[in-house]
Amino acid sequence: MAALTLSAVSKSYAGPALAVDRVSIDIQDGEFIVLVGPSGCGKSTLLRMVAGLETITAGEVKIGDRVVNAVDPADRDIAMVFQNYALYPHMTVRENMAYALKNRRVAAAEITARVDEAARMLELAPYLDRKPRALSGGQRQRVAMGRAIVRKPAAFLFDEPLSNLDAKLRVSMRAEIRKLQRRLGTTSLYVTHDQLEAMTLADRLVVLNGGKVEQIGAPLEIYHRPASTFVASFIGAPAMNLVDAQITNGHLHFAGAEFALGQTDHKGPITLGLRAEDLRLAAPGEAFVALKIDHIEELGAQRLIHGTADGQPLILSLSPSEPLTDTLSVHIPTHRLHLFDTLTGKRLPGFDAAVTASQTVSSWAAR
Amino acid sequence: MFRTRPLDHLILILGALFLLVPVLVAFMTSTHTATEIHRSGLTLLPGDNFTATYAKVLTQKGGFTGQITGARMLMNSAILGIGFALGKIALSMLAAYALVYFRFRMAVPMFWVIFTTLLLPLEVRIMPSYQVMAQLGLLNSYTGLIVPLLASATGTFYFRQFFKSVPDELLEAARIDGAGPVKFFIDILIPLSRSMIAAIFIIMFVYGWNQYLWPMLMTTEERFFTLMRGIKSILQVWVGSNIPDYNEAFALAVLAMLPPVLVVVIFQRWFIKGLTESDK
Repeated sequence: MAALTLSAVSKSYAGPALAVDRVSIDIQDGEFIVLVGPSGCGKSTLLRMVAGLETITAGEVKIGDRVVNAVDPADRDIAMVFQNYALYPHMTVRENMAYALKNRRVAAAEITARVDEAARMLELAPYLDRKPRALSGGQRQRVAMGRAIVRKPAAFLFDEPLSNLDAKLRVSMRAEIRKLQRRLGTTSLYVTHDQLEAMTLADRLVVLNGGKVEQIGAPLEIYHRPASTFVASFIGAPAMNLVDAQITNGHLHFAGAEFALGQTDHKGPITLGLRAEDLRLAAPGEAFVALKIDHIEELGAQRLIHGTADGQPLILSLSPSEPLTDTLSVHIPTHRLHLFDTLTGKRLPGFDAAVTASQTVSSWAAR
Repeated sequence: MFRTRPLDHLILILGALFLLVPVLVAFMTSTHTATEIHRSGLTLLPGDNFTATYAKVLTQKGGFTGQITGARMLMNSAILGIGFALGKIALSMLAAYALVYFRFRMAVPMFWVIFTTLLLPLEVRIMPSYQVMAQLGLLNSYTGLIVPLLASATGTFYFRQFFKSVPDELLEAARIDGAGPVKFFIDILIPLSRSMIAAIFIIMFVYGWNQYLWPMLMTTEERFFTLMRGIKSILQVWVGSNIPDYNEAFALAVLAMLPPVLVVVIFQRWFIKGLTESDK
């Protein structure tokens, strides 16, 4: 177990564009870090550079106190779980798990003990003598995990390990991975494009876009204080509403309605971010925005209402008990606003007061 | 769903007969004496000379030196066929491994050079090959028989295509698991290639077993004669009123056919098992 330090790590292939652009992350010992971003954002490349499967163009990767830029993957003391499991098809489950140890000349008795322990932990004991093809997707994934565990590495690297599983299994495996990581206390770096997976697993999230870090923070912190419109639209389902609005004299103007913001220095056009669940129907006498309904997604516990307000798309999450009409009067609570610079997409400071202390407590800090 | 109709069966039966009857005729004819065959021609009925003919063919010392038996020729053919197949598999696997998994300069041009040698079969380069072997003093040796034929563009090509279909993650997992190039090749790649190896072994064994021209050039001593030459030499004794030993020629032909059939049957099972067991 060790800390993991990435300082200004960059990767360039042919051409001037950087696939990974000066990424710096300090990962503490035992922390579970999730790299999340759309495909092509460089998250897998970054992981593979830590693993040693890609060369590092610039910057430095440290595992513990050791700079590993030029160290062979086998000698980096890491274990990796691949998206399609990468189990050796001709070996039994036991042989798959033991292979790395055998290559390191661990004594046979020790190998057996470690494999048995991992198998017990992962409930794989009845399958040890089967070949991977005789296992289900979830079991294969557990074998891949087992192969990582028996190594007792300084860090686990996960490369979208759950994306080949069906939705239900993904949820249960997610919980299992989290539990296992807590129990072993091994520093973990996890890559996914699924923001829900990222939110539920991470101690801290790293949101990547175009090879650059957009934001690093605890899941709830990122959810409640996205640093940019990109993060705002990427984290959370449904995506945060981003609409054009105007500030004049401390008042927010949007779709013909006006909301008092209190004291603020901002003025002119801004991008207004609104979470679907923060919006509610206006009480009589409150300022409101008229929302024309386009279509409705029924999710059971809630319904998502897709509509337009002043020509701009807006999603609103309502309880199914609320009555619906063709046009809804929507109230925008001013303490739940996210304001972004229209040009740079960066979050404007001064609107974070509404986030209460309990909401920012991350699962990491709580431990 | 497609249903098999009587006509389909008819076509299949005719096809099977077309392939099987000549073999059957050869076998049945070989059980008669040479005189009978000369008098009444080919036959589909068994004769009573089976044990005598086959025992004679396998054990009787013949040839100019009177030293060579059928069994010896069978062994020579087996050495040629097996050595040929195994050597080709080993060489082409290693070549394909280098081409696919190692980035070295000129790898792609190198592959195309290997590939174009498909256009240069043995017959085209047989004189230079013979000269090289002669100057190395390898005439009349198993080494000389086998080694010049080992480089195989076909095998290299097949293995290259196969290695390219092996998921990259396996290599990466092996690298993280601490397997170096040699270990990866032996522990992962060879077991994965089993069905491919079986397929190539079938093709190459039969090809090597059936070699005629090359062994004839390379060997002048009778102890290196292969079955293919043996069959030919039996029919070469048409001198004066001698009746060629048709029965022996047929018997040798049947014997010569058995090992390739066995190889195909055995390895095909392995081959199909490999095909059906593989999964992603």
